[in-house]
Amino acid sequence: MGRWPDRSSKGRSRIRVRWRASLGLLGSILKWLAVPLAFPLLLAVLYQEPVLPFAVTMAITLALGEGLERLPEDEEIRGREAYLLVALAWLAVAVIGAIPFLLAGNGVLAQPVDALFESMSGVTTTGATVLDDFSVHGRAILMWRQVLQWLGGLGILVLAISVLSQLSVGGAQLMETETQTQDVTKLSPRITETARMMWGLYGGITALCAVSLYALSVVGVAPNMDAYNAIAHAMTAVATAGFSPSPDSVGAFAPVAQWLVVPFMFVGATNFVLIYYFVRGDWGRPLRNEEFRYYVGIVAGTTVLMTLLLVTDPGVTFPAEATVRHAVFQVVSILTTTGFATVDFNTWSPAARHLLFALMFLGGMAGSTTCSIKLLRWVIVAKSLRRDLFTAVHPEAIRPVRLGDRVVDEETIRDVYAYTLLSLLIFFALTVFIVVDGTRSGVTVSEFEAMAAAASTFLNIGPAFGFAGPYGSYGPFSNATKSAMILLMWVGRIEIIPVLVVATPAYWRS
Amino acid sequence: MRVVIIGAGQVGESIAADLQHDHDVVVVENRDERADELTYALDVLTVSGDGTELSTLEDAGAADADMVLATTDDDETNIVACSTAKALSGSAFTIARIKNTKYLRTWERDEGAFGIDFMVCTNLLTAESIVRVVGLPAARDADVFANGRVQMAEFEVSEGSPIADQTVQEADRFDSLTFAAILRNGDVEIPSGDTCIKTGDRVVVIGSPRSVQQFARTLAPEVSPEKSAEVVVIGGSEIGYHVCRLLEERGLSPRLVEQDPDRARKLAEDLPETLVMESDATDMGFLEREHIGDADILVSTLDSDEKNLLECLLAERLGVERTVAVIDRTSYVDLFETVGVDVGLSPREVVAEEITRFTQSGSAENIAFIETDKAEVLEIELDDSSPLVGRTIRDAVGDLPEGVVIGAITRNKEFIVPRGDTELHPGDHVVVFVDAAVLDEAMETL
Repeated sequence: MGRWPDRSSKGRSRIRVRWRASLGLLGSILKWLAVPLAFPLLLAVLYQEPVLPFAVTMAITLALGEGLERLPEDEEIRGREAYLLVALAWLAVAVIGAIPFLLAGNGVLAQPVDALFESMSGVTTTGATVLDDFSVHGRAILMWRQVLQWLGGLGILVLAISVLSQLSVGGAQLMETETQTQDVTKLSPRITETARMMWGLYGGITALCAVSLYALSVVGVAPNMDAYNAIAHAMTAVATAGFSPSPDSVGAFAPVAQWLVVPFMFVGATNFVLIYYFVRGDWGRPLRNEEFRYYVGIVAGTTVLMTLLLVTDPGVTFPAEATVRHAVFQVVSILTTTGFATVDFNTWSPAARHLLFALMFLGGMAGSTTCSIKLLRWVIVAKSLRRDLFTAVHPEAIRPVRLGDRVVDEETIRDVYAYTLLSLLIFFALTVFIVVDGTRSGVTVSEFEAMAAAASTFLNIGPAFGFAGPYGSYGPFSNATKSAMILLMWVGRIEIIPVLVVATPAYWRS
Repeated sequence: MRVVIIGAGQVGESIAADLQHDHDVVVVENRDERADELTYALDVLTVSGDGTELSTLEDAGAADADMVLATTDDDETNIVACSTAKALSGSAFTIARIKNTKYLRTWERDEGAFGIDFMVCTNLLTAESIVRVVGLPAARDADVFANGRVQMAEFEVSEGSPIADQTVQEADRFDSLTFAAILRNGDVEIPSGDTCIKTGDRVVVIGSPRSVQQFARTLAPEVSPEKSAEVVVIGGSEIGYHVCRLLEERGLSPRLVEQDPDRARKLAEDLPETLVMESDATDMGFLEREHIGDADILVSTLDSDEKNLLECLLAERLGVERTVAVIDRTSYVDLFETVGVDVGLSPREVVAEEITRFTQSGSAENIAFIETDKAEVLEIELDDSSPLVGRTIRDAVGDLPEGVVIGAITRNKEFIVPRGDTELHPGDHVVVFVDAAVLDEAMETL
């Protein structure tokens, strides 16, 4: 008798999350962050730029990682710990990613909020920048932005699973927490192996993109696409991220280079499991996938629509090839949530701009590097709406929602509805915040521009309209607005739920 | 032949009853009372005990058996019983009655799997029969032979039918169709060219599937059985599921009504082309709201015969063209059809037909029963020693007792119309109609 009255007599509520386990693994992840930091460090040596920002950051991340690794007694990651780890990992990488910017201390990046904005926008593959003058920043620092985006592209935890042997058991849980859209498709019986295959594929496509871009400069059709630019753009195209070391984005390069970037953005937003089977020789696999067919259809349809809008717009006077190129590029860039631009679409007609705005909410396929709400969710929402209309007429009918030959269970449909609604609510809240804060701080921002900026940051796209347009900068926003955007880029990239779950009191108690 | 039947349920009893006269039948049953009952009811030996136990099977003499039939209600029991029997005697032919098609799929992958030589899937066979009937408007029964190259069907001649009051010669407008028999007042009549077809007769035709289909269409031109047919299946039992699945394979989109929410959901997931509805199928409000009365065919596969009868009568009342009921008790079939069900199908009968195929002596490959036991339609492959080989049909029929009709021949996988001067070759597949009264006599010649 009386064992457990004893326990409650301690009189304080116990934290039921083994946060030490989460922090311990976070430590291991941060230690590994030293490896990608070596790349800009090498560039700094090569270009004779300051190496200190990267060397110091490497030391910080190693020390911090080592310290955190000593925390836990038990390393096992379960459901609750996974939420905490996912939320913390993205935040920590963004914070550490900002350190080189601060240490370099050039231009706006000397400001902590701006540095964190840039870093968070990088890791979350948003691509919204606060830089106004690119020329004051070293090439190594600009490359660090690209590297951050590439790391965030496929997901930090997927990367972590592929290198951390202690995640072989809890890894599937983590992958599922990081990408809320679907169950993890294990390509091999071992989750570590699966993560490695995904990253191998990701690295391979990036390398292919870099080599093909560089080849253009070698043959002389795009002379300014040197090795540096080829690598930099390859990393952010496949990651559907959108940073560019050039202030004119991809618009700074020859048309043929612009054309070449399009398929890589498209592939980056394609489900990697499909790409895996495609590469392995099962060529018909993508076409048998219903979401992929919608993806191709929507890209093709909106491209045609955009071309028509540009052709009929008297204010836009491109030659025929350029019209099609700009239409395709902008549509694919925004829809895949990349955020590159070949032209300042701020000057386009309201119809064209609103079409781009609407595309921000779509996103590419689930299981890719894309962000936003993702087509999978929209397809499920559309199908279950159609089902509901049918059952309104035939109340006894039972119509499971099908995706390809699979049935989507009702719980998933509820989750998808909730997620979509939540996304839209947060988007509206951020819009209102931007407008109100703009009035408070004296930044002139129209409602449409506020909506676009809210969608573009929260849904991790990048450029918006007005001063935050493709060739503009988020710099003029007040620090309060930028802080809200930093928070929501983080929340949006890990698909809302992990952060919200960690923020509920129930999560911490039994 | 020594036959061991495991399980004295309805199917086991019915097969034992069929076989008791010509074979030594041993029935294994684990309920003592039931075993006793059977000892008195049939001329068979009963053994009480567990049919999956070695010692019980030894007692039943399974070691010397020529054939072991496992016919209990439980799939796993039947499989284990057959495996056990096979372990006891490698030479016994084992037949298992199976409900769940997953075992059938395994067995089809490797015939002989589980130590089973032949597997009879009750639900699937019944569903296939239903779908055959659904596919032929006005047909009461249908079966295929020679890998689908020959079809047999039984039609009822209703009032106003285009062939009513015509002679067979007038009615036979299709070259590859043979009028095998006319069933009138429960008697089998072998027609000649000038036999007159009357209202209320049932005609048995054998021919190429196309000609049978065309014949069916002339009988019931208002019902189009093709892709547009509206089929409603009541009851999401395994049989109901397979009926819908097979109809889907034929390009139809049936509607399926199931009362249990979980089962309905499962069916809806498994049948992408079927519209599954969750409702009590006797709810008039529901039936009217969903315009069930407009359906061409309603198939009732509920779990009780009475419910199926009720459902079919309701459907007829609402205006459904044809109703098909699954009837568990074979003895109800005639009664239900008299009351108003258009077609009654008994799963037990279907299984018995299938199992009897293997107990038939001689070279019969395929068999269908007309009106349960009035006549049989058999498929026979002629070998070199067959007395029919080298003779014309006219001569061959002369050798055979009256009541035998050669309905169709396939040679080298081609359909041949049997004419008086057609010569029979070794290797021919002959589909014959045999009146039950002359069955034994005919089988000796054949």
